[in-house]
Amino acid sequence: MLNRRLFLKSSALIGCSAAAHPLLSSIAFASAPSENRLVVIILRGAMDGLDVFQPYGDPQLRKLRQTISLGPDKGAHDLDGFFALHPALSSLLPLWKAGELGFVPSVSTPYRDKRSHFDGQDMLEAGTGTDLDLDRQRDGWLNRLLHNMPGAQSETAYSVGTEDMRILAGDAPAKSWAPEIDLRISSQAQMLLQHVYHDDPLFREAGSEAMEIAGQGVEGNREDKEGGPTRDARALAHFAASRLNEETRIATFSLPGWDSHARQGAVLERALLRLADAILTLRKDLGGNWPKTTVLAMTEFGRTARENGSGGTDHGTGGSMLVAGGAVRGGTVLGKWPGLGESDLYAGRDLMPVADIRAYAAWAMRDLFGTSRDALETSVFPGLDMGENPRIIRG
Amino acid sequence: MVAYPELAAIRLGHGLSSQMPPPSGPDEILASVQAAGPDGETISLNQIRKMRSRLAKLKRNQKKGGKDDKGASEAVKKERRRANQRAQKEALRRIARAVDDPFGFGERLVQFWADHFTIAGNNTDRRLMAAAYVNEAIRPHISGKFADMLFAAETHPGMLVYLNQDRSVGPNSRLARRKKDERTLGLNENLAREMIELHSLGVGADYTQEDVRQLAKLLTGLVYTPRRDKRFQPNRAEPGAETVLGQSYGGDGPAKLRDIRAVIGDLARHPATAQHLARKLVTHFISDEPPQPMVDRLAAVYTDSDGDLSAVNAALVEAPELETHFRSKVRQPFDFIVTSLRGLGITGEQVMALKPGQAYRWLIQPMTSMGQKWGQPDGPNGWPEAAENWATPQGLAARIDWAMRIPPKLRPDLPDPRQLLQAALGDTASEALQWAVPKAESTQEGIAIVLASADFNRR
Repeated sequence: MLNRRLFLKSSALIGCSAAAHPLLSSIAFASAPSENRLVVIILRGAMDGLDVFQPYGDPQLRKLRQTISLGPDKGAHDLDGFFALHPALSSLLPLWKAGELGFVPSVSTPYRDKRSHFDGQDMLEAGTGTDLDLDRQRDGWLNRLLHNMPGAQSETAYSVGTEDMRILAGDAPAKSWAPEIDLRISSQAQMLLQHVYHDDPLFREAGSEAMEIAGQGVEGNREDKEGGPTRDARALAHFAASRLNEETRIATFSLPGWDSHARQGAVLERALLRLADAILTLRKDLGGNWPKTTVLAMTEFGRTARENGSGGTDHGTGGSMLVAGGAVRGGTVLGKWPGLGESDLYAGRDLMPVADIRAYAAWAMRDLFGTSRDALETSVFPGLDMGENPRIIRG
Repeated sequence: MVAYPELAAIRLGHGLSSQMPPPSGPDEILASVQAAGPDGETISLNQIRKMRSRLAKLKRNQKKGGKDDKGASEAVKKERRRANQRAQKEALRRIARAVDDPFGFGERLVQFWADHFTIAGNNTDRRLMAAAYVNEAIRPHISGKFADMLFAAETHPGMLVYLNQDRSVGPNSRLARRKKDERTLGLNENLAREMIELHSLGVGADYTQEDVRQLAKLLTGLVYTPRRDKRFQPNRAEPGAETVLGQSYGGDGPAKLRDIRAVIGDLARHPATAQHLARKLVTHFISDEPPQPMVDRLAAVYTDSDGDLSAVNAALVEAPELETHFRSKVRQPFDFIVTSLRGLGITGEQVMALKPGQAYRWLIQPMTSMGQKWGQPDGPNGWPEAAENWATPQGLAARIDWAMRIPPKLRPDLPDPRQLLQAALGDTASEALQWAVPKAESTQEGIAIVLASADFNRR
């Protein structure tokens, strides 16, 4: 590892691209466990799937919602005669048509009833069932995937952004960095800090990672001069893509801002534009690697089927998962529809989840990385029954 | 064995100061909490109202004047800029007050409770509102009754707007029945849920969705009107009684604010609330893995004193766990910056005197890079506590970067790094740090080694 890094640095110094160097690409890159790429985006705040993928063909929708989710009459894009795509995702319509965008209408984690964002997100990222105490479960399912990936190295998985992503936490080595960080430090100061951190495992590890990544001179988002409200999201995607174009195969970041209790039109539009731009940035930057890429955008739970008293929705249960990428079987609905009749709803208020969101993630990992069903059901998602393959990956 | 003054300054406050002596003992640190009360400089709700109507008036002028009226457009822009700078000034004031606080404990409590009752927002109006909220609803109560803080926080316009209570209307209220257009008026569960889940009982407690629903009905009537200071409108309230956690409220005549006061009193008195608050305090001040005996002790003090936070504070400052769990916690970015400024001998006055661009580049933006975008946590649960959330590669890189670049800008006459080491860490500096600091190649790097060290970043 050390030699490769030194080599990377020196090759950068003499101005030649590391990836183009024949020796480097044949040796260092051969160790990558797979050519496939997985990006997991956590949508914090509970995305209202019923508004993003509007089941306008279900006559109940109009009865439950009067000012939101108004279907193709109000600018949503018809997808298949039953579902329509939220107007703020217009820019993703070409992906749908190209078979690079799909969605699962109603999934959930095993989390039920208390509808707390924070427990919901913890369970989504821990990937566990309700049988384990969340406080004791500190690692995330992407980290446990690494344990089951022969040839995985610390570069294999990257968490992007200033936040510590629980989904990748755990004892399998992985990287984390934020695009805006630019650390320049003399070698003497670096040596002294290493000495100072030596007896503190947490600081020792974070410090050596920090100095290593800073030493690689990873590029931020400097060429993107355009500002605007989606800049942060684009920066995350841009950085993730820059890593995925090298040795990284799994990247994860989060996008907040989905908690639409009031004025949902405005709240959701902002969040969706950021999600759309993140996906389009990945697609553009990944270029030739996009056909090998799968993006899963997951949220902690869905929202109430009924609109509430303030043009928004409250915490619910079943929600949708967005799937994108050149590797996915898009252009189609990737799961069953539970219906919106009074008796179809969960607890008389929420969309009924039809499947466990973890089963979709598990099948994606099996199809992308060849992870065995046994490992997925016992280690990555302990206790999960994967059921039938929903085939979200093009095969 | 760490001496109490150093222990208290590092663990309960914002570190040692090169200007002010550390607390001599528990009594002195408790008495200092007084200094963290409301101030007269922070923007008030009334001032926010005035700013808002001024802006509205300027916008009307702009509309009237049309495109050619450059002066009117300029006036709107100028007013917006003024409000924006005021919002940043309020963030600076929080830093300045923490830097100047005698021992830092009072300001740490303010930060703890402001985070417990998080309100967040990224537009200027919300940021100003959050400043008023902390000054009006949190500061007056940090050593008072928790029930009073709970009531002040939940009914403050900042909270009503943040958790959408201002949009929640009883489905059978007079207002809802009168309204004839197709827009539905009805409940919004947001505040009710977080009031139980985050602010009082805690998510692990024994309550149901129906309790949330009933509380949401009980809370209807709370309102924020930008024009005047009115917090309750009976015509928005759901008629009849509501049952929350087995207790019935209201139903005798028209809905009243008093019913909300009653349920808040009961939530504050609930045994689960005592445990939840005690656990949070111990997690924040002592360890990410809070020792249960101390949690139980604080919960008992809370219960026995009927939720008197001054009694809880007293139990906290005398806790032997301060010493047994020394440096178990990692300072959050706000705390790191304040502690650095105190160590460097920067005063609150100097902080307030920074130009807007300097303040942004040197203090506000760096907190974002370190993972704590000031005033904007992702959700109402506030900032995470665990050390792992803050000592990440990217977060630590941002701290090292700050420690390298910013101190010389704030204080061109940097102290000798060995002096800073002594001033900021006293006798608690590790041997490794004492060895490393004198070996730095420059004053600037020596300062950075101290501020970026684990000793300094832990408390």
